[in-house]
Amino acid sequence: MNRSIVVVTAGLSQPSSTRLLADRLAASATSRLRSAGEGVSVSDVEVRELAHDLTDHLLTGFPSPRLGDVLGRVGTADGLVVVTPVFSVSYSGLFKTFFDVLEDDTLDGTPVLVAATGGTARHSLALDYAVRPLFTYLRASVVPTAVFAASEDFGSGGGGTSLSARIDRAAGELADLVLSRPTRPRTDPFAKPIDFADLLTSR
Amino acid sequence: MQFGIFTVGDVTTDPTDASKPTEHERIKATVAIARKAEEVGLDVFATGEHHNPPFIPSAPTTTLAYVAAQTERIILSTSTTLITTTDPVRIAEDYATLQHLSDGRMDLMMGRGNTGPVYPWFGKDIRDGIPLAIENYHLLHRLWREEVVDWEGKHRTPLQGFTSTPRPLDGVPPFVWHGSIRSPEIAEQAAYNGDGFSANHIFWPASHTERMVKLYRQRFEHYGHGTADQAIVGLGGQVFMRRNSQHAIAEFRPYFDNAPVYGHGPSLEDFTSQTPLTVGSPQEVIEKTLGFRDYVGDYQRQLFLVDHAGLPLKTVLEQLDLLGEEVVPILRKEFAALKPAHVPDAPTHASLKAASAVTGVPA
Repeated sequence: MNRSIVVVTAGLSQPSSTRLLADRLAASATSRLRSAGEGVSVSDVEVRELAHDLTDHLLTGFPSPRLGDVLGRVGTADGLVVVTPVFSVSYSGLFKTFFDVLEDDTLDGTPVLVAATGGTARHSLALDYAVRPLFTYLRASVVPTAVFAASEDFGSGGGGTSLSARIDRAAGELADLVLSRPTRPRTDPFAKPIDFADLLTSR
Repeated sequence: MQFGIFTVGDVTTDPTDASKPTEHERIKATVAIARKAEEVGLDVFATGEHHNPPFIPSAPTTTLAYVAAQTERIILSTSTTLITTTDPVRIAEDYATLQHLSDGRMDLMMGRGNTGPVYPWFGKDIRDGIPLAIENYHLLHRLWREEVVDWEGKHRTPLQGFTSTPRPLDGVPPFVWHGSIRSPEIAEQAAYNGDGFSANHIFWPASHTERMVKLYRQRFEHYGHGTADQAIVGLGGQVFMRRNSQHAIAEFRPYFDNAPVYGHGPSLEDFTSQTPLTVGSPQEVIEKTLGFRDYVGDYQRQLFLVDHAGLPLKTVLEQLDLLGEEVVPILRKEFAALKPAHVPDAPTHASLKAASAVTGVPA
């Protein structure tokens, strides 16, 4: 079976540590899925590149063709890796905007690995106090381990609680959750409309 | 094919000179625009319905009846009539009265409205938007077709032995369109009833309108009203013209950039490439409009929005001159040449009356 993993990152600088963390998470999850015999396709969403499209969507109510394609990919993903920088004790506004324009129900039951970056580990609880509730609200299945990477993590050694170990644990949880589910059924309201008799009786 | 205009009825400050019409001026301007539409040879004038500032059309049948008294030929319609928050009994009465006063020169378009507080102001819940549209229209449909109605539903008080008066002119209920930007349920409702379906066609890209219309056509055929290409389709659209394309763009840009609905967002260039908006010469409007047929098929009604975002009355009337003189005559000829004989025109009171005389059943 082929599983699609979409990696959404909202870093602003180039190169960004958010991107770096996202790549490592995606690589780890991919290798876990491949070793379980699954085909994997990974696609990246750099939210920075969609910043203007997102603002336009907020103001007009419809996505540009480019943003529409990206939202479609997210809606049909078997698993998501989402990584935000921590700004003012929470996800960045740009990161939130991306998830604000998703249609209702888009992430119903989708396995999601949440991760964040920040200058110091003092910001790490933003993941559990802000990012996790957002995805719980969106009815996604958020894996138990959330990964926070502070600047110093990129220079620290291995061992049980190192960044590498946390990445592998979280990516393993994501892979297991993806594997435990069938590939996502695609519901297209235009392909199979609700019969009028049902509309009338359910009123 | 019918061509016309529809108004949202917004009172908006003109961004080029900070002037703002009074409600009185805007209401009178709406009537002037409707009369001009007839004068330049358009077929339809439609008004929206809103119950909050900055909009003036809260009483569409009053305005339309006044316009009917001052015109002779143009069809009066709505864009849209709020089927969710208006008592269907009042819709039956108001629009049947308009039908009599206008000698059948009217139809109407059902819509749900998207302003949250309007629902509670009228005792409804926006989360019931679709169920209200379904149930209320179901009642309206019966009120115009059955002399005495016994009815019980979820959203209004029951009716026992109720007769809606006046009865429709010649026993022929007004033709109904159902408008929706993005709800497949409304396309389904239009198809089930064999009514018209009108795509907003202002805010969303062509690919979206294509899906909605395709669904409506398939279901129209499914319910036995004819072949898919015989379904009755209307489109909105938005144009601003000057003889010279560059002048049109330069003049319209401040109105676009500050428009209440999409202003301060995408550039005029992005919006024109992503949506049906056309800003340019009459020839460009003709070309883009003819292209709509490529993704919705042969359709029956094209309405343009020309009077919003603070555009002065004088400019709007000039737009109507251009539409009437340079655009619509060409579109009429071109669309007619492309349309196969088995595709019907939009129903009118005369055509529905003739059809009901043959079948004995009101359409």
